Amino acid sequence: MSATTRLRHLEAARPTTPGTDPGSPAGEVRTPGPAPLLRGEAYAVGRVEEVPPGEGRAFVAGGVPVAVFRLRDGSLHATQAACPHAGGPLADGQTDVDVLVCPLHLYAYRWTDGASTSGAAPVRVYPVRDSAGEILVEV
Amino acid sequence: MTVLGGRPAGLTSLHFDDELDPRARLVVVGNGMAGARLVEEVLERGGAEQFRITVIGDEPHGNYNRIMLSPVLAGESHEDDIVLNSHDWYADNGVHLRAGVRAERIDTAAKTVLGSDGSITPYDHLVLATGSYSFIPPMAGVRTADGDLLPGVYGFRTIDETRALLEATGRCRKAVVMGGGLLGLEAARALQGHGLQVDLVHAMPYLMNMQLDAEAGAILKRSVEALGITVHCDVLATDVLATEVLGTERVGGVVLKDGRRLDADLLVVAAGVRPNSDVAVRSGLEVERGIVVDDQLRTDDPDVYAIGECAQHRGSVYGLVAPAWEHAKVLADVLTGADPDAEYHGSRTATKLKVAGVDVATMGVNTPERDDDEFLVISEPRRGVHLSVVIRDDVLVGATLLGDTRKVAFLTQAFDRGAPLPEERIRLLVDLSDGSGSSEGREPRVAEMPADSQVCNCNGVSKGDICGAVAGGCGSVGAVMDATRAGKGCGSCKRLVEQIVEWAADGDLADDPAASYYVPGIPLAKPELMAAIREQDLRSVSAVFAALAPGGKEDAKSKMGLTSLLKMLWGVDFVPEKDGEFINDRVHANIQRDGTFSVVPQMKGGVTTPAQLRRIAEVAEKYEVPMVKVTGGQRIDLLGVRKEDLPAVWDDLGMPSGYAYGKSFRTVKTCVGSDFCRFGLGDSTQLGIDLETRFQGIESPAKMKLAVVGCPRNCAEAYVKDVGVVAVGNGTWEVYVGGAAGATVRKGDLLATVDSPQEVLRLTGRFLQYYRENANWLERTYDFVPRVGLGRIRSVLLEDSEGIVAQLDANMQRSVDAYTDPWGQDGKEPATPGQFRRSLPLVALPEVPVR
Repeated sequence: MSATTRLRHLEAARPTTPGTDPGSPAGEVRTPGPAPLLRGEAYAVGRVEEVPPGEGRAFVAGGVPVAVFRLRDGSLHATQAACPHAGGPLADGQTDVDVLVCPLHLYAYRWTDGASTSGAAPVRVYPVRDSAGEILVEV
Repeated sequence: MTVLGGRPAGLTSLHFDDELDPRARLVVVGNGMAGARLVEEVLERGGAEQFRITVIGDEPHGNYNRIMLSPVLAGESHEDDIVLNSHDWYADNGVHLRAGVRAERIDTAAKTVLGSDGSITPYDHLVLATGSYSFIPPMAGVRTADGDLLPGVYGFRTIDETRALLEATGRCRKAVVMGGGLLGLEAARALQGHGLQVDLVHAMPYLMNMQLDAEAGAILKRSVEALGITVHCDVLATDVLATEVLGTERVGGVVLKDGRRLDADLLVVAAGVRPNSDVAVRSGLEVERGIVVDDQLRTDDPDVYAIGECAQHRGSVYGLVAPAWEHAKVLADVLTGADPDAEYHGSRTATKLKVAGVDVATMGVNTPERDDDEFLVISEPRRGVHLSVVIRDDVLVGATLLGDTRKVAFLTQAFDRGAPLPEERIRLLVDLSDGSGSSEGREPRVAEMPADSQVCNCNGVSKGDICGAVAGGCGSVGAVMDATRAGKGCGSCKRLVEQIVEWAADGDLADDPAASYYVPGIPLAKPELMAAIREQDLRSVSAVFAALAPGGKEDAKSKMGLTSLLKMLWGVDFVPEKDGEFINDRVHANIQRDGTFSVVPQMKGGVTTPAQLRRIAEVAEKYEVPMVKVTGGQRIDLLGVRKEDLPAVWDDLGMPSGYAYGKSFRTVKTCVGSDFCRFGLGDSTQLGIDLETRFQGIESPAKMKLAVVGCPRNCAEAYVKDVGVVAVGNGTWEVYVGGAAGATVRKGDLLATVDSPQEVLRLTGRFLQYYRENANWLERTYDFVPRVGLGRIRSVLLEDSEGIVAQLDANMQRSVDAYTDPWGQDGKEPATPGQFRRSLPLVALPEVPVR
């Protein structure tokens, strides 16, 4: 690979699609009622309707790439964006109420604890919730 | 004497005071493999809370594996290694073992067992598992005056007899073994291994007459004799019947009926076993050949049961361990109430063993019994190999494998489950390869593979990993595949994975009902699933889960298969749901390892134009496509396209999708045919373009790759395609189906020779539709065609034997009509918000070098 091509691809790292800008801290977001105690820092990464039912979309929460999923039962889940096995784009995976399946090699990870169903390294899961239509991810 | 599986002296177990114990009394008479297994099964079902269990066994030992006595006699196993349940085990599980006590009689009125030690054991439920004993044929002089066996004469049934035999091998030089069945052969082999000269006397026409036919028995005889054992058996069986045992103090030899005299200082009698039913007879229970039981293993006394070799069920008495274990399971279900209606309906017995160093596997009948039974025999006496199968009404009813048991896993499955048989019956017994390069014929022998040899190359799974999963409790092929990921890559190792699992589980494999499901999350096979979808008018993946999945629960790994099926069934009336699709189908491109995609525009028949090439070149430059490559399917692949660029790339290309990403109709390769080639016999290029135009984008259980060639030189490889068409001159075309040149290599089968391109199009459509409607999810045509059988496919498609051809044509037409170019469709307006949004933010894609 030549130095010029490397440069060209770094340029491409800038988001070209709306909605992939790094998220803003959730400090300015109003949450109705007493919010549960958060362990990490919460970031509002986008609107719930940006994630179609049953699908996943990737966001950046405080500099951390995350994949957010909205299941057909309405529940939200968030994991690290890249598969721990081979870096596959988890937001492109398929889901059900128990697991997330990576599109590259079909490794499956449980929502509850991120553990792989086939003994591979676990995926990182992040607390996520819907706050008046905003997706809040704690990282 | 050492007690096998005994406990150190002085240890006692604590017992409840009988009067205070509210639990019912379960007494098991017999501490062999059946009795102990029953206790295990009862405990497994929580039976310790319901029952206080007493086991009465006349051997002083714990429970040991009787099958392993032969290796102990041969010196290959130590007796400690064959202990299944030691005395400690009984104590630890609160089971009262009364070893060394023989049950003399049962008082069914008082519900007590009277023991040889004078004890009286009350019961609420009694199980007889008394097994069987060595049958000693009537021979003059075999017993001493007081009825004991003459010194030097032994049965071969218990550890004590085995110990005595082992001890005798030290001082004896010449042995006669009576009985050429399994046990006799094992004993002969073991004694010969200890340096004794062995004569084997079998009063039947050939060896192992219970399992083998005459020819196989004769071949086995040669193999046994090659070991140095002299075998006496004869068509006139009675000639070699031993009539007299010589010797007064000790055995000195035997005399056969024909007058021959065989000297021996050791006589082993292994001439069959008889059920131990004396105690039942004395107690007034119904006994025929064995203790008669019903489908719940109950004798004619409602509180007395019998299992294992002493039991006679529907006229059958079994001498194998597998039925005994089935008995134990059913009876444990009944006794504990885990399934009060559990019933035993008899066993299909299949055995696989190594007898005297020769592999033998038998199941069902060994010779044809009816006029129209199919009987296939392969006999190679010189190699000691004899293989045969008996087929009745397309179902395997018996198989005998001697000297070569490579095909036993498949045959056992076909026998147990009535699995479909290959049209070419010879494939049941040997692996045939169609091309010289196929590796099928050299299938590795599972048992001989080293544990660290890699089985699944895609996911790096070794034989040891698979065996570990089985040992860790995975009870089915599916469970092992889930746990290890073996066979979940390209799938070409699946057969081998199955074989290893079967070998590792040694027959103790649960039926995997999920194996027949179309997708794992819906417990229905494809025909039933299709019927339910039509009947209940289910048009979306979520509707199918809601109506047909257990608990309405969706399953991620079932979604793609359901989407494909629903598209096929409903055509334009399908209700699409993006989350039901795999990412490739969601964005109409093939995902690559770094999360970018490959874009393959349609190029019908592999024919392109300078204008197309110019546009492709411009797109490749504009979007910094890191690699442009010619594919195996005669098209051009743009690799490493970022997801967010896909719609713009399609727009700039202005070409339809080539469907290089889906489980669908892919391409039609062609050669240049009659227009340019001086050998061409037909216009293969045009026919390829016509085929692709008609069937473009049609979804299917697995991908469909086609080719058309203008002559049998096969330049576009039509012989190894899902459908391959070959011009053979005079306007005629051959249509081949089920070919493959991927992980599996298979030459297609000739479906028909037709007279016109129109006929090719019609027949191809019919075949593809039949495949779409009947193949399992992800089953390629190279598995589908041999599974269904070419004969059947021909009669359905060519003779309309099932009357469905018109329907097939109509269904295919509906799919053809439902075609739209996905690039033209989603390119303008995303199907869902963020359809083409990047999924790995902050990562610079593509991650591959630009060539």
